[in-house]
Amino acid sequence: MSFPFKPVAKAALFAAFVAALAAPIALAPAARAADVTLLNVSYDPTRELYAQFNKLFAARYKADTGKSVEIKTSHGGSGKQARSVIDGLDADVVTLALAYDIDAIADRGFLAQDWQKRLPDNASPYTSTIVFLVRKGNPKGIKDWDDLAKPGVQVITPNPKTSGGARWNYLAAWAYALKTYGSEEKAKEFVGELYRHVPVLDTGARGSTVTFTERGVGDVLLAWENEAFLSKKEFGDDRFDIVVPSLSILAEPPVAVVDKNVARKGTGEAAEAYLKLLYSKEGQKLAAENFYRPRDPDVAKDYEKVFPKVDLVTIDDPAFGGWRKAQQTHFADGGVFDQIYSN
Amino acid sequence: MSDITLDRTTFVGSPPPPVAQRARSVVPGFGLTLGLTLLWLSLVVLIPLAALFLKTAELSPDRIFAILTAPRTLNALKISFGLSLAAASINLVLGGIIVWVLVRYDFPGRRVLDALIDIPFALPTAVAGIALTTLYAENGWIGALLAPLGVKVAFTPLGILIALIFIGLPFVVRTVQPVLEDLDHDLEEAAATLGAGRWTTVRRVIAPAVLPAFLTGFALAFARAVGEYGSVIFIAGNLPNVSEIAPLLIVIRLEEFRYADATAIAATMLVASFLLLFVVNGLQRWSRSRTGRLA
Amino acid sequence: MTPAPIRDEPALVRGILIALAVLVIGLFILLPLVNVFAQAFSKGWEAYLAALVEPDALAAVRLTLLVTALSLTANTTMGLVMAWSLTKFEFRGKSLLITLIDLPFSVSPVVAGLVFVLLFGAQGYFGEWLIDNGWKIIFSWPGITLATIFVTFPFVARELIPLMQEQGTMEEEAAVTLGAGGWRVFSRVTLPNIKWALLYGVLLCNARAMGEFGAVSVVSGHVRGETNTIPLQVEILYNEYQFQASFAVASLLALLAIVTLLAKTLLEARLGRSGGRH
Repeated sequence: MSFPFKPVAKAALFAAFVAALAAPIALAPAARAADVTLLNVSYDPTRELYAQFNKLFAARYKADTGKSVEIKTSHGGSGKQARSVIDGLDADVVTLALAYDIDAIADRGFLAQDWQKRLPDNASPYTSTIVFLVRKGNPKGIKDWDDLAKPGVQVITPNPKTSGGARWNYLAAWAYALKTYGSEEKAKEFVGELYRHVPVLDTGARGSTVTFTERGVGDVLLAWENEAFLSKKEFGDDRFDIVVPSLSILAEPPVAVVDKNVARKGTGEAAEAYLKLLYSKEGQKLAAENFYRPRDPDVAKDYEKVFPKVDLVTIDDPAFGGWRKAQQTHFADGGVFDQIYSN
Repeated sequence: MSDITLDRTTFVGSPPPPVAQRARSVVPGFGLTLGLTLLWLSLVVLIPLAALFLKTAELSPDRIFAILTAPRTLNALKISFGLSLAAASINLVLGGIIVWVLVRYDFPGRRVLDALIDIPFALPTAVAGIALTTLYAENGWIGALLAPLGVKVAFTPLGILIALIFIGLPFVVRTVQPVLEDLDHDLEEAAATLGAGRWTTVRRVIAPAVLPAFLTGFALAFARAVGEYGSVIFIAGNLPNVSEIAPLLIVIRLEEFRYADATAIAATMLVASFLLLFVVNGLQRWSRSRTGRLA
Repeated sequence: MTPAPIRDEPALVRGILIALAVLVIGLFILLPLVNVFAQAFSKGWEAYLAALVEPDALAAVRLTLLVTALSLTANTTMGLVMAWSLTKFEFRGKSLLITLIDLPFSVSPVVAGLVFVLLFGAQGYFGEWLIDNGWKIIFSWPGITLATIFVTFPFVARELIPLMQEQGTMEEEAAVTLGAGGWRVFSRVTLPNIKWALLYGVLLCNARAMGEFGAVSVVSGHVRGETNTIPLQVEILYNEYQFQASFAVASLLALLAIVTLLAKTLLEARLGRSGGRH
């Protein structure tokens, strides 16, 4: 009697075991030996900025302390990233799209409630604003927010529930409507009308950009200024134009050290240094190169030709009353945004 | 095949044998393997799923009711279940045609066609979603052809339907195929000899025999479609109340840090699709006992 | 021309049906696949290869291989155990157990990821304890592996159970009567009978494990070069406007799908030829 399958079975079992054991070892070489490892959990459009900034920081840190540092990054929708940190993603620093998302992390005790006061300028080393990206030659003649609600115009913007950028988009439209039409009721009407012109509501800013640029959907993309510039750079100057509305919002993407995580990992000092470097001349220059508006007056002056002058309201304007209130009024369950989609 | 008939008589004819009867089995390993089975099932499936219900239970019944009856939730569930039902039904027809062609006809390229059926099964959903969106967007290969006709696929519920048809097709084909292959040709010959027209034969002889397999395929395609996420989010417009599927709403609730709300929707979906599968399984058993044929 | 057998449709009907089948498969299945490769090679071979040897892409491949190896080992071993207990013995509640094994199949991948966050996330039921002990499950390879095991849970058992049910216990009983022990019975009698179905289940499990997106996306954390699997890397590249690179990495998975199919077709050919069982 012979059992032809037996050797095969043995070999298969053995192979499976070896694979199971060897795989973690195979993974090991991936962990390069650095003295310090930092994890920066950020939002979608900062990929290019931090790819360059991490190199700058690694060089600076080595020069200053003699220690090598490796910076890992994670990018995604701002709300999703905040959720990951809350659920235990080991972020040393968070660099998100809006203060509310870091507030949410602070509410779970990962960092001090007053985190926004620990660094200059509301803990936002760079700012941006919301502009319109239109197809070359602006065939629909879009000049300002009013034009977005005109018949036949399709607007692309992500879902404010999941995207930080989309919340800035929404609030900028709200600020304009409130100023132009005078009452909250009218503002609500206008913003509601605007969202009726949205054919695709992506979950993140990057999704919306791809929908508009690659898929050819819509007439105008509400975008971060830096995303609009980057789109022109990536997809070609000859395909899109940037339109700057008469009024927009000062978007302040904040940064913070996650106290609880750095305390456990002993990386507090490096994380501090990382964020501080964002405020340095070099860091500011890099931000400007990546189309973020620098805070430093000198660097801002060097790049003033790049960034058009716009009338900007801030989130602390009485119309909004800060992020927590704005979140409550507009984006919470049953808030104004939900009302728009419930009729 | 004779074993199955035996199995069926035990199954249909008499109640399942009492536990004590296992003692008579001489095959070893009952205690060990059943113990391991229960342990593994509990660790990987039951305990994690219990967490879902535990989290939902943190909410008051009123709150759960409010979450589930909110128009947005109802619409998302309607879209998910409705489109999945539609996709599974379409797959029943398309899958039926494909199975018939693959099993009954011989033509050049049949084997290639047969192999291709499994692509949606093996192709990762995110890749499928991106590829389908590229194809069906107005500037895509297919979308560009449909645009002049005024048909929009990508970023509409129609796009979701396409994605769900894509992922569900193999389930119908692969469950029906072996049954149709095993089907005895003698019966058909007999029917034909007795003067039955081709259509009558198909309807009266073949259809009842493959019905249980079709139901299984339908149930599998449906269950898979209801929960599908990766391939749908790229091609759906994700507009609330229009093209927002239930799994996306779960993700959105999570990202609003409202875990219990997310689990309430998730638990509802789980119970609903489980019940549906249960009903279909029952139907299948019923149709088997009715036709007296075990495929 | 052979005379048309009476049990066949008119040639016209046949033609229409075949054309329909080809159209459906071409439109719904072949075209998306072709599209992946067309995009992947849109900038030529060199760009294609460059996208694959990029360190983050390699890290994603490595992680995917690790997770798949672990999930396959677990699900194959336990799939065999479950199939054995559910087909070689009769007991009350058996059909409920079989349904429960199928359950992960009808759970949305997103929910599959969510349940592990609820258990092992920092806010989860075991979160505090895990952090205190310095264990990382979520946002690391163990969590990704768990989610993958959950999603691929039924595949091996599902292939084995119907076959083993059909085969019954006669051969095993005979072996036991001849004095063979449990392991011997399994390895010499049962395993040879089910080897092809087992391999088939493993293949399907493998394809799904490597390609899982939804569940893994929830528990990954998306740390570049560390917790991104191949499907997540595809999404990331896509979001970085590196469409060609994204499709190049995606084509790895499409290739895997094709290899799986080839292996499956070969297996079926063998299964078919083996014909009547001994």
